[in-house]
Amino acid sequence: MADASPTAPAARSDRRPEAAIVIPLYNEATVIGGVISELLQHFERVICVDDGSTDDSAEVAEAAGARVIRHPHNLGQGAALQTGIAYARVQPGVRYLVTFDADGQHRVVDALAMLDLAEHEQAAIIFGSRFLDDRTKPGLAKKIVLKTAVAVTNLTTGLTLTDAHNGLRVLRVDAAHAVNLKQDRMAHASEIVVQLGKSGLPWREFPVEVLYTDYSKAKGQSLLNSINILVDLVIN
Amino acid sequence: MWFQIILIVALAGIAVYLVRSTPSPRHLAIRRLLVLLALAAGVVAVLWPGLLSWLAALVGIGRGADLLFYLAIVAGLIYVVNEYKRSVQLTRANTQLAREIALTEARLTDRITELEERLAAKPSA
Repeated sequence: MADASPTAPAARSDRRPEAAIVIPLYNEATVIGGVISELLQHFERVICVDDGSTDDSAEVAEAAGARVIRHPHNLGQGAALQTGIAYARVQPGVRYLVTFDADGQHRVVDALAMLDLAEHEQAAIIFGSRFLDDRTKPGLAKKIVLKTAVAVTNLTTGLTLTDAHNGLRVLRVDAAHAVNLKQDRMAHASEIVVQLGKSGLPWREFPVEVLYTDYSKAKGQSLLNSINILVDLVIN
Repeated sequence: MWFQIILIVALAGIAVYLVRSTPSPRHLAIRRLLVLLALAAGVVAVLWPGLLSWLAALVGIGRGADLLFYLAIVAGLIYVVNEYKRSVQLTRANTQLAREIALTEARLTDRITELEERLAAKPSA
């Protein structure tokens, strides 16, 4: 990676060169450093899109060795994800994109396993799902929000997913080119499924564990925000 | 009551407009025509106040002032919906602009780093 900072770990042969990690980043200075360090042990390219953080998230991410792209001001997670995808999908040597959350709720082993699955099954899209097994334990309110999101997404996309708003996904480059998110805020999670579904490319779901720490719980989606998601999806 | 039907149809029309329509020059022309018509109707109503009451009675409303009130609400709603759509469009344009700035900067720094590395490697080569 041309822009690796001096503090980045030395290049290791077992790091995956064909996949780029894409992380939308907004005010996660306390956790993002750890997330990136762990990812860099397994991946060569970690791309962070700093969405106008008001803390020093961008500096921390850069110091940890990520390629940081900065939005001039806060636009929303969907906008940051789209910027990251647009950048990553044209990087030479990149064949897969992995979207990853900044708050440390995803497990790197899941991302690696999803990449292997995409490779072995020639699938262009792997959706992470926390509902395929019972490792993940969301609270009741969260379960209602997430299950409603799944129902609405399935209704509008024709795909039958078990989890809609999961930030961990693997996109082959051709699938990444089918993505053009217009929803700047949380509704992008449904929009990306719609666009990927329309691409007609082969997809799979993969059971992942979502780690609900006190930190990620405090930042999570509220019941009321699901109303925003619904309205954003219906009205353009 | 005729006006109830007219009012419900108007409100439903606004709801459809909110969810469905995409901006086009045709819509702009229609909006401008409507504004002109409303202005002309206003002048007429001022010159012949009796007309309003006559029209109100015709569609089943007691007073002309009530008719004016209902019409004002419908006009206000149309305005709100229009402004909402416009603000969504502006937000999208703003996002695209911001993204282009971010990506241009990223491409530029990538290129500079690449050139710097090549320059640094040259003497030893």
